[in-house]
Amino acid sequence: MQTLIAIVVDGVIYASWLFIVAAGLTLVYGVMRILNLAHGSLYAIGAYAGASAVVWYFARNYPVAGSYALLVIAAIVSGALVGLLVERGLLRLMYGRDEVVMVLVTYGVLLILEDAIKLVFGVEAYTAFQPYEKMGRTSIGGMTFATYDLALVAVSIVVALALWWGVNRTKQGKLLLAVIADREMATALGINVTRVFIVTFVIGSVLGALAGALTAPAIAVAPGLGVEVIVLAFAVVVTGGLGSIEGALVGALIIGIARAAAVHLWPQVELFVIYGVMALVLAVRPQGLFARAGARKI
Amino acid sequence: MRHQHCCMPSVKHILCAATLSLAAALPAAAQEFKLGVVTFLSGQAAGPFGIPAKNAAEITVDAINAGALPAPYNKKGIAGMPVKMILVDENGGPSKQVTEYRNLVERDKADAVIGYVSSGDCLAIAPVADELKKLTILFDCGAPRVFEEKDYKYVFRTRPHGAMDNVAAARYVADILPNVKKVNGINQNYAWGQDSWEDFTKSMAKLKPGVEVGTSQMPKLGAGTYSSEISALLLNDAQLVHSSFWGADLESFIQQAKARGLYDKQLLVLTAGEPSMFRLANEIPDGAVIGARGPFGVFAPDNALNRWFRDAYQKKFDSPPSYASYVMSQAILGLKAAAEKAMAKNPKPSGEDIVTALEKLEFEAPSGTVKMSLAKGHQAVQENAIGRFKLQGGKATIVDVKRYPPECVNPPEGTTAAKWIEAGFPGAKC
Repeated sequence: MQTLIAIVVDGVIYASWLFIVAAGLTLVYGVMRILNLAHGSLYAIGAYAGASAVVWYFARNYPVAGSYALLVIAAIVSGALVGLLVERGLLRLMYGRDEVVMVLVTYGVLLILEDAIKLVFGVEAYTAFQPYEKMGRTSIGGMTFATYDLALVAVSIVVALALWWGVNRTKQGKLLLAVIADREMATALGINVTRVFIVTFVIGSVLGALAGALTAPAIAVAPGLGVEVIVLAFAVVVTGGLGSIEGALVGALIIGIARAAAVHLWPQVELFVIYGVMALVLAVRPQGLFARAGARKI
Repeated sequence: MRHQHCCMPSVKHILCAATLSLAAALPAAAQEFKLGVVTFLSGQAAGPFGIPAKNAAEITVDAINAGALPAPYNKKGIAGMPVKMILVDENGGPSKQVTEYRNLVERDKADAVIGYVSSGDCLAIAPVADELKKLTILFDCGAPRVFEEKDYKYVFRTRPHGAMDNVAAARYVADILPNVKKVNGINQNYAWGQDSWEDFTKSMAKLKPGVEVGTSQMPKLGAGTYSSEISALLLNDAQLVHSSFWGADLESFIQQAKARGLYDKQLLVLTAGEPSMFRLANEIPDGAVIGARGPFGVFAPDNALNRWFRDAYQKKFDSPPSYASYVMSQAILGLKAAAEKAMAKNPKPSGEDIVTALEKLEFEAPSGTVKMSLAKGHQAVQENAIGRFKLQGGKATIVDVKRYPPECVNPPEGTTAAKWIEAGFPGAKC
């Protein structure tokens, strides 16, 4: 019974982390048709910004509660700045190119940002454990979990609800849906697609940075972080369907639970499970769980 | 035909011989000894290993060039020449490293190469080094099979291989937990983690027959988050958790396991924990078993070379040297010792002379005596030391240190580490 509880709780914790990481990636693809490999770098930048801010904060003996707000602020500031820089400085010059070209361009950005991170933050790992540690432990079914990890589940639910509400219940969201449905028609109807693109890319970047900043207190933030995470995020969005927020949520849950089950029941296949699930889904639904197969435009 | 011409007894023969001698001399008509140094300058391994190793190479080479090292290394230079270091980043995988190695040897004309933290890189470089006939010292990688699967003429490893990390850890655990019944493990899912876990569990099985394995977790390198793995460890009520984690993975795991209360129930055994113990002084639990993969760092003996090394490193980099720094420095000192031994016979030794001199050499390093006694004189053995972490006055310290002689934790010549452990350590002298 305890094993079952552990699988469910660990699976949901991992899924919530995967969802926050993947949400920005799938949002940008859904609107802009850009598979943004540089999303991994935004995760890393958020992690470094969050860890640096927390180190600075605790060096001044400020109260613990403020550090959580600081993590979010660090993510918003760093994600928005870098996102804006990448979109305005490079991507806007590439719009209209083939999707494969955009993948190569964002891969180049990933490499450049990885080196930039190294130049700014060095190669030593950053540790900022206080926000993680100070939240303490919570007992579920006789097992102890880090309260911070459980709080991340709540954060991912808030992010999912905010995205759903923003896309489906606001005027800006309706405009976004119009751009997703038909970019040319949306332009013809007078929607400022350029602005939609900027806003979408910045929101996607902030989500990536938020995932990094919220993960930073649990890990040692070290070079290579962004490259590791982009592969996982990619598996999630492909499983759920490229461009689908609901797909990212369900994909993260399936992969999270499957991975937790493997860790507890058959640890040797833990690495295989994530990609095994992805392969299985793609074999049955090549477009992913939630993406609709679209008619090709001529 | 060209060879026959060259060897005809004539004036031409004498000229040919002279030309060949000059060509073989080290380095060819140059005034400096070009030393290729390869270590991680970027990527995950740069922080814990690569940069500390690079730092150690810098202070050691500077001291050699200034003649500022304690005896027996107080003569300037290597083979009588100042050393010029050519630094190369090890990041990028074995294929890239083979290309970089060829560049070092063929384009940059390096006289010797010291490098490689990754066992994968060591395994890829060793045959190329023999093909190019270039003296190459593997300074840090741990995989025993580098020399167990093949003999090399030009390749050496001046640090002990990884098997002794886990043999010593198992002996230490058997001493401090005589009633140990069950062990858990969490190791990275690649050769290093898998070999470490296998060596440890097999050693435990010989030292404490009947010991069970609770769970063996193998997350991927760089996973970062370990919530599920820690749950699995908590659900398997073993007396200890063995881990060969290093770098950011180790630091992340230590923190997350602490937050979950794992250390209240299971003893932490970290075979490569020493580089992180100062950074995580407030996170590592008292009593955790710590290794440094040899007599390095806090386990290094008190001798003149170590006092010089620690002081110079601390002064220049404002932190104590970790084991990666020690093994880099001792690789360079091994090269210098071999060159000076070769110079006793030939004042201008060739690369071949230095290779011959390094075989079966015994030399001094900041970590004590290094004996090149395995793999026909190409693989070093040293003692190993293990201890327990204790935070004293806010400082990270090691207590209850046990030292194991080289013959106690290393297999003898002629067998592999795995077979030696399987057979119950025949010939071990503890």
